[in-house]
Amino acid sequence: MTLADAVGLLAPRIPAGTICVHANGYVSRAGYAARDREECFYMIGSMGLAASIGLGLALARPDRRVLVLDGDGNVLMNPGALASIGAAAPPNLHHVCFDNGAHASTGGQRTISDRVRLEEVARACGYRWSGRVETLDAVTAEAFLAREGPAFLLVRIALGPPGPPGPRVPHAPEAMTARLRRALGAAT
Amino acid sequence: MGGSGTLNRAAPFVDRLQAAGFDFFVGVPCSLVGPVIAELDRRGLYLPETREDAALGVAAGAYLGGRLPVVVMQNSGLGVSLNALGSLHLLYGIPCLLLVTWRGYRGEDAPEHLVMGRALPNLLDLFRIPHRAPGPETLEADVAWAAAEMRERRTPVALLIRPGLFA
Repeated sequence: MTLADAVGLLAPRIPAGTICVHANGYVSRAGYAARDREECFYMIGSMGLAASIGLGLALARPDRRVLVLDGDGNVLMNPGALASIGAAAPPNLHHVCFDNGAHASTGGQRTISDRVRLEEVARACGYRWSGRVETLDAVTAEAFLAREGPAFLLVRIALGPPGPPGPRVPHAPEAMTARLRRALGAAT
Repeated sequence: MGGSGTLNRAAPFVDRLQAAGFDFFVGVPCSLVGPVIAELDRRGLYLPETREDAALGVAAGAYLGGRLPVVVMQNSGLGVSLNALGSLHLLYGIPCLLLVTWRGYRGEDAPEHLVMGRALPNLLDLFRIPHRAPGPETLEADVAWAAAEMRERRTPVALLIRPGLFA
């Protein structure tokens, strides 16, 4: 299963109105290619911070569901976010980590996720639920999204195929800020 | 630790922040803002973070959700924060108020603070982050200035907290 396969399977099952925070790199590209909505936020920098941004959103907006689409390199860069999420324990936060064991967008250099079980780190940090699947299917995705958060799902994916899983996100960064705030009823 | 005069400044300062619309407080501590964090905590407003850039990420999320955030940090944490400021806040037009303590002010501090203490204002200038270093008599006006700058420019704005202001 590739990143595009996994994101493509997940995207149509995300409940309407869910805020989706996409990590930088190929996760954002795959997410944009699968489904773009006003509630989608795509990072093009600040690697590691998708989960932190998701936490801020979940705490600021307990009335909304927040889904963080993350990668193993991102989670390993800022594992403190797992601790912060576990400690704050927002029930409206779901966190998916697509794990290909590599920094795909910089050429596939290996991470250390083959030796560090990130779903166990998340569990130890206090996530209400944490699990790992070798492949994502519809039943698993829907059951995960229906759980009370914070919930963490590691989805193993294959590295590849070569090249990006979608185009660069065309939205200007400031336009993404404005549209998400607008979608959430904040002043723009 | 400051005397009673400095400790008494924290509560009115937090009052001013709240009156100016700030409603989300996250950070990593420094002794120079100990009384401010204690006051925020007393009001149930303070979220402790693990690193300063993570605190900035949380603050960015809060802003996207409609809140007006404050990030508290020691200036050592500004070094940790530069990528978040450069490729998240400044890039996406996401404001926040940075309460950055000025360890190493005038070169009078422990050795680990001297390099950042010397570079602090220049570093913020390089990133085009407006900043002021309030004194006791300008604190109120500087909070109002920071809030207005943030709203107008949609960038982070910093208040540099020197030794003796709060502690």
